[in-house]
Amino acid sequence: MSIARLPRVAGLLALLLAACALPLMLSNFRLFQFSQVYIYAIAILGLNMLTGYNGQFSLGHGAFYAIGAYVSAIMMDRWNISYGWTIPVAGVLCLIVGFLFGLPALRLEGLYLALATFSLALAVPQILKYFEHWTGGSQGIVLSKPNAPFGLPLNPDQWLYFVTLSVLVLLFWLGANLLRGRVGRAIVAIRDNHIAAEAMGVNTALYKSLVFGVSAAYTGVAGALSACVIAYVAPDSFNVFLSVTLLIGSVIGGLASISGAVFGALFIQFVPNWAQDISKAAPWAIFGVFLIGFMYLMPFGIAGAIRLLWIRATRSRVQQKERSVVPSQAHTTT
Amino acid sequence: MDILIQQVVSGLATGGIYASLALALVMIYQATDVVNFAQGELAMFATYICWSLINAGLPYWVAFLSTLAIAFVGGVVIERVVIRPVENAPILSIVMVTLGLLVICNSVAGWIWTYLQKPFPSPFSANPIKVGNVVFGAHDLGEIEVTMLVLLCIYLFFRFTPLGLAMRAAAHNPVSSRLVGIRVGWMLALGWGLAAVFGAVAGMMVAPVLTLEPNLMGGVQIYAFAAATLGGFTSPGGAVLGGFIVGVVENLVGTYVSFIGTELKFTVALAMIIVVLLVRPTGLFGTTVVKRV
Repeated sequence: MSIARLPRVAGLLALLLAACALPLMLSNFRLFQFSQVYIYAIAILGLNMLTGYNGQFSLGHGAFYAIGAYVSAIMMDRWNISYGWTIPVAGVLCLIVGFLFGLPALRLEGLYLALATFSLALAVPQILKYFEHWTGGSQGIVLSKPNAPFGLPLNPDQWLYFVTLSVLVLLFWLGANLLRGRVGRAIVAIRDNHIAAEAMGVNTALYKSLVFGVSAAYTGVAGALSACVIAYVAPDSFNVFLSVTLLIGSVIGGLASISGAVFGALFIQFVPNWAQDISKAAPWAIFGVFLIGFMYLMPFGIAGAIRLLWIRATRSRVQQKERSVVPSQAHTTT
Repeated sequence: MDILIQQVVSGLATGGIYASLALALVMIYQATDVVNFAQGELAMFATYICWSLINAGLPYWVAFLSTLAIAFVGGVVIERVVIRPVENAPILSIVMVTLGLLVICNSVAGWIWTYLQKPFPSPFSANPIKVGNVVFGAHDLGEIEVTMLVLLCIYLFFRFTPLGLAMRAAAHNPVSSRLVGIRVGWMLALGWGLAAVFGAVAGMMVAPVLTLEPNLMGGVQIYAFAAATLGGFTSPGGAVLGGFIVGVVENLVGTYVSFIGTELKFTVALAMIIVVLLVRPTGLFGTTVVKRV
């Protein structure tokens, strides 16, 4: 590990420690909210991979979130399978579905892809209601929260908090490795100039549908976790506004940024809460205003703004050092 | 056979609504390369304004026309204030801004007028019209008439007025238009205004059928997308025809294919969009835009 990365790693470890300490300080309800934040963060990271890094639109990631949630719920409810197993299954299934949806999406660019995914998001609640035998129709499926294993002294909310936190850490670590390596460069190259990327030997068709699959898998895992944490799934919670919420989170957090996913998740979880005090309609009005405002003022989101501030701060420190060094040298030479 | 004719006519009636909204989408797309995701919500907002005017005691057609005027001004203002700053931004930013408009319109309408469903008056008589054994809803026929009238007006406007010509020129070739003295920016704003007018017509025609609520246009918009995709985003005439086709197909499929019924309506629209995009991405009448790399 190089020395330059030390502060970053130390900061991440401190954050992780703080996250682990949260259950000692917060009520169950607050913990539940933070579990939601982690779940959103996973989903937004998935969306970021597709839209931010690969430049493919998706206004329909709520659909994969719904698939993940329903796969998990149906497995737990109908087949009595432990929640732990349902999460990877939901991920793999969404990977396949996403990959398959990514194949036709190869032919669609920009706005057309946005249209296709937007209509996917609109269609999902209806499809879920239609397969009533499996999904319980508009009543949804009621689940029970799992207890902590091995006799750990944790209540279900605390235990689920740690489960989501560990899934978050694992998926972010995997995602960071994927995006910072060779594959990640290929993905970004396709976004920036797909013809040039192809000329360099990147298999654009394969990578684009793969990214679609991986992105759907992340979102599906998030959906499965949400089914465990909320212990209830219903078609109307997976409407088009869920997809738009995820997109808002990824834009406000910062597209093409890994840490941005967390900022975006915090935003979409907590801002509506205090906006709700003003009016039932206020959260969405505020979302809309923030969305448009960010597009004008901070197109790289919160993560981009922080990066910019950080660069400015460190650069000025270096310059100050140089300034303080140079005169003294000048002094000695004369 | 009678049922078939009846279903086709009522399909044409809803098709007219889709056609109006699809035309609005296509106009904006042609002029600015933006698919306006907020088009339906703007139409919903205009419909609420009309509802308020009627409740304030204005006769229907006066309220109708004043709503069109308000919608026009609103469309122009939105283009000037909200869209113009991101005119040259990447597609993602523009889509985001229109999505922002969508959620703002939706929630502000809920804020002002609440989420309760409101009955919306129809200007046409409630008595059905009977021709032989076939019964037509008066509102259906009225809808078709209004849509046709609007389409005729817009055709005459673009075909025979200097302003229409200037707008077409600005959409077709902005640089050359500017060279011959057309104020391209204002032409785009006028385009948004006209699009808002079409949307308002669609909203006011569909509201008596669906009853007025903030999510009024969600379903209509997805069909308008399907219509515009089918006809081609680059062809206004195609989008109108696409609207009628989608309306008729939707009705016939709902009537005759039992497992779809009304429950999978959106899925039909989704399937239509995806199939058209895969088989013929430019739509029936669209032209491929050739880009130089």
